[in-house]
Amino acid sequence: MSLPSALTAVAPLAKSLADQTKENSWINILIFVGFVAITMVVVFRASRNNNTAADYYAAGRSFSGGQNGTAIAGDYLSAASFLGITGAIAINGYDGFLYSIGFLVAWLVALLLVAELLRNTGKFTMADVLAFRLKQRPVRIAAATTTLVVCFFYLLAQMAGAGGLVSLLLGLDSSNLVGQNIVIAVVGVLMIVYVLIGGMKGTTWVQIIKAFLLIIGAAIMTIIVLAMNGFNLSALMDAAVQTSVNEGGVGEALLNPGAAYGKAPLDFISLALALVLGTAALPHVLMRFYTVPTAKEARKSVVWAIWLIGGFYIFTLVLGYGAGALIGKQAILDAPGGVNAAAPLLAFVIGGPLLLGFISAVAFATILAVVAGLTITAAASFAHDIYSNVIVKGEPKPEMEVKVARRTVVVIGLVAIGGGILANGQNIAFLVALAFAIAASANLPTIIYSLFWKKFTTQGALWSMYGGLAAAIILIAFSPVVSGSEKAMIHGADFAWFPLANPGIISIPLAFFLGWLGTVLDKNAEDPRIQAEMEVRSLTGIGAEKAVDH
Amino acid sequence: MGNSAHESAAGPVDFVAEQNSEEFQALKKSHRSFVLPVAAGFLLWYFAYVLLAAYAHDFMSIKVWGNINIGLILGLLQFVTTFGITAWYVSYANRKLDPQATVIRQRLEAQIDAANLTKEEV
Repeated sequence: MSLPSALTAVAPLAKSLADQTKENSWINILIFVGFVAITMVVVFRASRNNNTAADYYAAGRSFSGGQNGTAIAGDYLSAASFLGITGAIAINGYDGFLYSIGFLVAWLVALLLVAELLRNTGKFTMADVLAFRLKQRPVRIAAATTTLVVCFFYLLAQMAGAGGLVSLLLGLDSSNLVGQNIVIAVVGVLMIVYVLIGGMKGTTWVQIIKAFLLIIGAAIMTIIVLAMNGFNLSALMDAAVQTSVNEGGVGEALLNPGAAYGKAPLDFISLALALVLGTAALPHVLMRFYTVPTAKEARKSVVWAIWLIGGFYIFTLVLGYGAGALIGKQAILDAPGGVNAAAPLLAFVIGGPLLLGFISAVAFATILAVVAGLTITAAASFAHDIYSNVIVKGEPKPEMEVKVARRTVVVIGLVAIGGGILANGQNIAFLVALAFAIAASANLPTIIYSLFWKKFTTQGALWSMYGGLAAAIILIAFSPVVSGSEKAMIHGADFAWFPLANPGIISIPLAFFLGWLGTVLDKNAEDPRIQAEMEVRSLTGIGAEKAVDH
Repeated sequence: MGNSAHESAAGPVDFVAEQNSEEFQALKKSHRSFVLPVAAGFLLWYFAYVLLAAYAHDFMSIKVWGNINIGLILGLLQFVTTFGITAWYVSYANRKLDPQATVIRQRLEAQIDAANLTKEEV
């Protein structure tokens, strides 16, 4: 979600800020080490009962709705949300705010249509639900494929982002690639340790602690910024406009839509569609609903998540305009880390090195918590869907599945480190948008159809999942983010024929259409008894997986 | 191949008959008659907002109070409606959905327990 810019002018404020943050980088490191130490103790304590698959993947289904809702907020409020949206509002004003609305409204899809029904019918993974009443093997393979692809892109974005963040937070130069790569490796190794030892329980606690720190930190900053402007939002916006005018920027236009998407409204609509429909189909979000004992607790989780995430996005509105007012667009773009530097620089200006250290450590913790959640989801999908249900055909030796999952964690961790190093410095914004677009096109139609449409068949599911996946990836490969524009991934080449940066507006409706077409053309009908069982289970909770007693 | 990999939780329950029962149909109707229209409603409202933000810049830029313009108010209203729909659904589910679902679930669980008991006695 970062919005890189090629501006080269050097503003003195940014330079002095960057120097000062560099001098104080030991405070950042100290606070971050403290976070790691505390979470490690929690993870070790949480790991004592991690023997069965239900313990390892679903934390024994023993978290309360409030705990799980906080963990969901910790999982969902990634560095892109915190640093990216604050920076986007500071630089593009109103258009940055648009992101947060899509990210929040999306939770209503999860609340109304997905969370409880999924909790009642599934066991560990998204594929459990999708394959419930369809043919197990092909549907599981398809669902595991889309799960792994979404997790991979999301993971890559987080890891690559970690490298960029470091330049600002630890005072490394943007050109110090070795230093950045070491940090990417440290993040990867820590993440492997958390997930390997702590399983879902440890991961959940890391996310809860991180969500708590992030929301407290953002709340403190919001109160300080508002207090500086007499608790008047309009006065704060005035100050941001004034700073913008002083540096020769857009001024008043900061308050109106159009700064980022004025010339590309279709691009914005496509992104809006992917955001609102992608959230309820992100595998790592869906998997969190299995960590609570009942569907009612799953509902409570979403309610908690909506309040926490919504409150947080309102904070980012204040923080974004606050950064715009106190630091200014030019100074932010000139700082190492660019647009992502807005929130840390603001922390420094209003709270000195200590608040900067706290916010920087939270930003690191954010990346750790999110990559841990993604890794356990991908490992569970491989071990449970591919290994247990496809390779050994539903008859794994006891404890073998968890063993396979743990090995997968190590492999994914190493792939994430390697991928993060390769993708370091790339335009990572499109990776996150792509993950949402793939989730919305490849997963959501099949989730909705299999929960709400009696006649839905295996062929419909396969056409929709593979069709949606292929459409999203092909369109992005031939879009301006990969080639043919200034900010493109591959410089100097131009094979783009799809004009939009986000494929959602085409690939999502296409996937819904393919699911319908595949079903009506299918000569085989599915077993109505299993459809009946799924429907009764989904609404009543009969036969749903119970919490594990220890 | 087939559907053998997921074990049926409730051997003795005839789910097709259960699905067609009046009690279950009433629960299903209570659920769908709420979630489907509300989902359609909030998606329409969200996309109306997105289209205004994308194409109606002048309208969104009209100032209402100080620097607070229509765009910001509509954006914050999206937050308000999201919180409101959440509270509305929770209250509806607690009042209407949970009691119906509990009755059916308890009846089916009793049926399963009885069947298991007979099995053990034999």
